[in-house]
Parts: sequence; structure tokens; C-alpha cells
Amino acid sequence: MLKLDLNPDLVLRARNAAKSITGSFSWLFEGYSSVTIERTVLRMMGLDGALPDDKPLPNVVVDHLQEKKALDQGAAIRLANAMLVKKMDAEQVARAIAEDNLDIAALEMASMDEIHALLDELSDKMLAHIRSQKAKREEFFGKYGPRRVPAIYVIVATGNIYEDAVQAKAAAAEGADIIAVIRSTAQSLLDYVPYGATTVGFGGTYATQENFKIMRAALDEVSEKEQRYISLTNYASGLCMPEISLMGAIERLDLMLNDAMYGILFRDINPRRTLLDQHFSRMINAYAGIEIQTGEDNYLTTSDAVEKAYTVTASQLLNEQFALLSGVKPEKMGLGHAYEVDPELENSFSYELSHALLTRTLFPDAPVKYMPPTKFASGNIFKTHLMDAMFNFVGQLTHQGVQLLGMMTEAIHTPHLADRSLAIENAKYIFKAVKDLDKSLMLAPDSFINKRANRVLAEACEFLERVEKEGMFESMARGDFADIKRPDSGGKGLNGVFARHEDYYNPFRNKMKKELGI
Amino acid sequence: MKDVIIRPYGDTSNDGKMQFSFTLPVSADEYGLEAARLLLKQIGLEDIEVCGMRDMNEGFTHFIAYAVTDKGVDPKDIKVKVVDTPVMDMEATDAYIKEHLGRQITVVGACIESDAHTVGIDAIMNMKGYSGRFGLERYKGFVAINMGAQVLSEDLLNKAREVNADAILVSQVVTQKNIHVKNLTRLIELAEAERLRDKMLFICGGPRISHELAIELGYDAGFGKGSYATDVGSYIAITLAARQNR
Repeated sequence: MLKLDLNPDLVLRARNAAKSITGSFSWLFEGYSSVTIERTVLRMMGLDGALPDDKPLPNVVVDHLQEKKALDQGAAIRLANAMLVKKMDAEQVARAIAEDNLDIAALEMASMDEIHALLDELSDKMLAHIRSQKAKREEFFGKYGPRRVPAIYVIVATGNIYEDAVQAKAAAAEGADIIAVIRSTAQSLLDYVPYGATTVGFGGTYATQENFKIMRAALDEVSEKEQRYISLTNYASGLCMPEISLMGAIERLDLMLNDAMYGILFRDINPRRTLLDQHFSRMINAYAGIEIQTGEDNYLTTSDAVEKAYTVTASQLLNEQFALLSGVKPEKMGLGHAYEVDPELENSFSYELSHALLTRTLFPDAPVKYMPPTKFASGNIFKTHLMDAMFNFVGQLTHQGVQLLGMMTEAIHTPHLADRSLAIENAKYIFKAVKDLDKSLMLAPDSFINKRANRVLAEACEFLERVEKEGMFESMARGDFADIKRPDSGGKGLNGVFARHEDYYNPFRNKMKKELGI
Repeated sequence: MKDVIIRPYGDTSNDGKMQFSFTLPVSADEYGLEAARLLLKQIGLEDIEVCGMRDMNEGFTHFIAYAVTDKGVDPKDIKVKVVDTPVMDMEATDAYIKEHLGRQITVVGACIESDAHTVGIDAIMNMKGYSGRFGLERYKGFVAINMGAQVLSEDLLNKAREVNADAILVSQVVTQKNIHVKNLTRLIELAEAERLRDKMLFICGGPRISHELAIELGYDAGFGKGSYATDVGSYIAITLAARQNR
């Protein structure tokens, strides 16, 4: 059996440090909310749609409340009150606000009993729908059998959701288990979620509820044909993490890129905003049974994969602890890492094998997400195809949960149909060829691979203990994470964070927390 | 050798052998095979051998083929206009700036006008960079200000004036209906009107931008596909140093 010999004391210390760091944010999670969290609440109450100028209705209401300085009790009470007093549905209220015919902050208040009764009704309805989608997914997996390990994950990125659907069906028929619809690069910094289907996106489509629905329907069709449940994933990242998670929960996405710190480090989104949003976003994912995935691969595309390997481990441990706080179970934590060691380095494969085993050993129950070579992928597609094969070899040998397939044209364009097909062929061949090889292999106790993994873990432990001592925001401000300085007061979206009033009310949060046992 | 026509080399001189890989929306059978063969024939190829055919489902088939072309390139016709300053890595560029300029270089960048795609400007300017090459933000020798997407030319020029920029970087990714040419021209015209054109380097970039096009539009340099922060950073450092010594 191919097994690492990790120092258990180091594992415990590193995990405890991560737990202490993430545990120090209850002041934020319990004392604050954000505009996107409130928009999520409105969406959960059934508010959807957009104005003719494309402004989504949840933004209309939340902007209105923010402008009237009436958001601190949460948007739920205000909207419910307006619905009761004006005898309108949520959409009518939002449209009346947009037409300047209604100020819901200045309305007389209905009785709190009535308001709570309405909110109970609406939240029970939404949560029941989310549970039914979760049950449907479980039913499909029960009927068709579980996802393969490693699961074959490929992307589609035509910019037209209908064309994406055709390519996704082709990929699924060839063996893909998970389809990711690449999101338009510009979306992370939008403080709203666009409405409707995308047909002319650049470098991807927007994550919209309609796009989710179209793709899920296409994959349900191909799942039945293939007698294999094909999972769908998208990206709950940026300034609208919880809203996108909710749309995924409503439309039955199965996975969601949902990193606790990615937005801060790689998109310059305010640290408070990001941590707050991820907390609620992940709660929705946990409730919906959606597997979250994290973006540790990003640390290695900006830094050397050997020198900074510990940053991946440290981030995985932090992501794990933040996820636990939102009620995500270990078996739904697709913690990330990547095959990014310089191929010119002697024994690069041994480094990769060591790092991959480290992740698997630290998180034995997690369907870890293994990312392909990108940094050293070049215009030489033949070489890249070969590197992808080595990557697939490690993936099967160490039984990674999700293998995000490398494309030989990684450095050139969004994958052509044939690129994706060749990538799947590559993975299927290697996975089959070395299926049970790990059962025949053992690592020598003092081998390079064992020593290397312990060294990375020791570095991660040391780093986390330092962050624990100095505080995560202080460390981020100093540039200790990914060599990028991110002060607590900087970045985008801070003006969308507000302190909660003592009467703040979010029925969905309360009910989900209770059911998730957090 | 200079006047010898250049032809593809398979395994013998001038055999004209080329390798092809493409996808057609056809079935993977004799019918599809013939479609692939006819396509290559239409291109003007001979001795066509479709050696690989892979069914990719949903009505698509991938073909791999070898064929012979009788075409060749006359070396006299090859004219390239390229940025000809040497390319240094980040450390070398930082050292060069320290030695030759003795101060930091300020660069202001943006995707201007209608263009919302920051992928190009981010690849060059942001810390993370692209394909293992860090962006200018990471360089010690640069103060890199990335204004992001959909920045009006006026705002970009105002910012450049405010921070006394050494160089302006403009990215244009979208090229539908030649919108990139219109946007780039507008910026240069405004810069000239505001007497900023000669005060700083004007550099444009994007997948469909060439150095030749950039010069034609009145820019100092243009960087196309496959350009990295190392290319842009080296060019700026060397050009500014040369101008200072002039």
C-alpha cells in the first residue's frame, strides 16, 4: 500500500493552529452582514428578475435599503413587511421601488407575528425546494452508482451556454464525470449577479441562474443516456458568493468553487467582505449537499511549487476549518492542490507524488481536487500532453477525488472539442493502466517522498502557528499569504459590509444553522 | 541559401509533408473520412493520408492527417517588424532599472473604452502574472497601477498625468468590427491634444495586436499573443534608459 509516514504531532499542531485562526472570526460571522448576503435572503424569499437596464431586482431592494440606512435589521423583515402592508408580491415591491413609487423603509410596520409567519412560510418553501434537489441528486447517484475516483472533470467555455451544452454532452459521453462551465473573467468584481442566459460571453458565460438551469437540463439528459450521473459545477467566488451558491442550490449544481480566501488574495476583494460572504455561501452549499472546491492551485501559479508548497497545505487546513464552521462535512470538501513543479527540476515527479500524497493523507475523507500543469504548459502541445499524462498517473496512484484534466492547449486557447476529447482519452488510458498499482507499492521509510512531505507539513505548521500568534488579518496585510499585501481596510466591497442591529433577522440562516447543527 | 524557397520538411528535403489535426461535424465512418480528405484536397494538398479518426460523440469526429503541399515561402517575402530590445527576467530587469535609472518606473495600465476584458492587462500587470511570469506589480523596479476595465481614455490620461507616469499600457482584447483600432486611435489623439504623447511611452497589447499595428497607430510599441511581463518590462526599462541618456 502506498502510504505516507507523516509525523502525527505535526498534523495535530497544524490543524489546531488552523482551528484557532478560523475560530477567532465569530465577531465577524455573528456581528456583521453584507449586501450580497441580504440579496441572497431576498432571492430565497422568491425575488428574482431584472429591470430593463439589467439591474437585478434583489439589488434594487438592497440598494434602496442601504440608501435609506435601513439595512441593519436585514432585508428580510423590510421586504416581508412591504409585502404584507402593500399586499404585493416580492417582485411587485421591487418594481415599485425601482419606479420610485415606494419607500419600504418608511412604511408602517405590520405586527412582528405576521412578519415572522410570512417569513416562515417563504423560508420553509425555499428550504424544502433545496432539500428536494439534494434528494434528487442522491437518488440519481443511488440509481446510477457513485462517481468514479478520480472523477474526470473538464471545462466548457464557448461563451454561449447553448453551445456549451452540446460540448458538455459530448464530453460526458466520452467519459467526463463533472462539467465546469467557465465563468466570464469579469464577473468576480460585479456586485450583482447578471440575469438570464448568456449567448455572447467572452472567455466564458456568466454564472446566472438561467445558465445553470440550461446546463443542468442538458446534463440530466445525458446522464440518463449514459446511465451515469454527470455532475455540474460553477464558481461561487467574487463579490456574490452566497447568491451564486443559492442559485446552484436551486438549480442542483453538484459542486461549487468556493474558496474562503481566494477573493482576498487573487481578486483584491476586502478581507472582511470575503470571509463573511464565504461563511454564508458555504452554509448554503452545506445545506444543499453541494461539494465545495477550493483554489489552492493559485498559490502555485504565482510562486514556485517547491518553495511555496507549504502555502497550499496551510490554505487547505484553513479552508477545512472555515468549511467546518459553515457545516460542510469533510466528504464534501474538495480541497485543492496542483501539479505545478518545474518539469526541468530533477525528480520533479517525486516532488509531485509527495505533495499529492500529503494532501490525500491529511484529508482522507475529502474528495480533493487535483489541478493540472498550467504554469509550464506551453505552445508545445505535445509536451503538455505528456505532462498531463504524468499528472494523471499521480492522480490515479494517489486516488485523488477529482482530477481536473489538463488540456494540451492549456497555454493557447479555451479547449477545442478535440483537445478535451484527447485529454479524456489520456486520463482514461492512464487511470486504467495503473488502476491498482498503489496496492503493490510501498515507500521506503527514509525515502525522499516521506521526508519531503513531512518537511512541507512542518513548514505549513510553522506558518500557521505564526499566523495564529499574529492574527490572520495582520498576516494578510503584511503579505504573508501568497506574497500579496491585503490590508483589512483595503480591497473591493468593504462598503457592502455592515454591522448588524440587535434585531437583525435572517430566517434562512437561523434555520439552516439549526438543521446543520452549527 | 537565402534565396532557396522554404518548404516543409518531413523526412527528406522539400518533401512538403505537413501534419494536420482538426474536427468536423460528421460521423466517424467512411463518409466522415471522405469529408476530411476532400477538405484537405480543397486546401490544395496532395498525397492526403487521413491516419487517425476518433469519434467524439454528439456528431463530431476528430481527424489526424498527413499531406503534401507544393507551396513554399520565398525568403525575400519575409518581413518582420518586432520589438527588438532584449528580454530580461524579473530580477535582471529590476537590477537594470536600479543601475540605469536609479528610481522606480511608474506604469499606468487599463482596458480602455468599451473593453471589459482585463485578462491581458492583468497578465502583464498583476502580481500573479501569467504562465509563471510575474506581473509588473511584483517587480521592485515598477510602480504598477492597473485601472482595470472599461476605463475612459480621458481617465487613463488624467491618472497618468497625476502620477507622472513613465508609460501607459493599454489592453484591447475585443476586436469585433475593429473596435480596438478605434479605441486605440482615440487614446492617442487625446494624448496628442493634451500634449502627453511625448511625455511617456504609449504601449498597447492584446491577442490581435502586433508591433507593426501599434507603430502604425502612433504607439511606441505593441505586444501580441505570447507576450509576458518580462517582454513589456524589459522593453520599458531599456527604452527609458536609452531616452534618458540621449
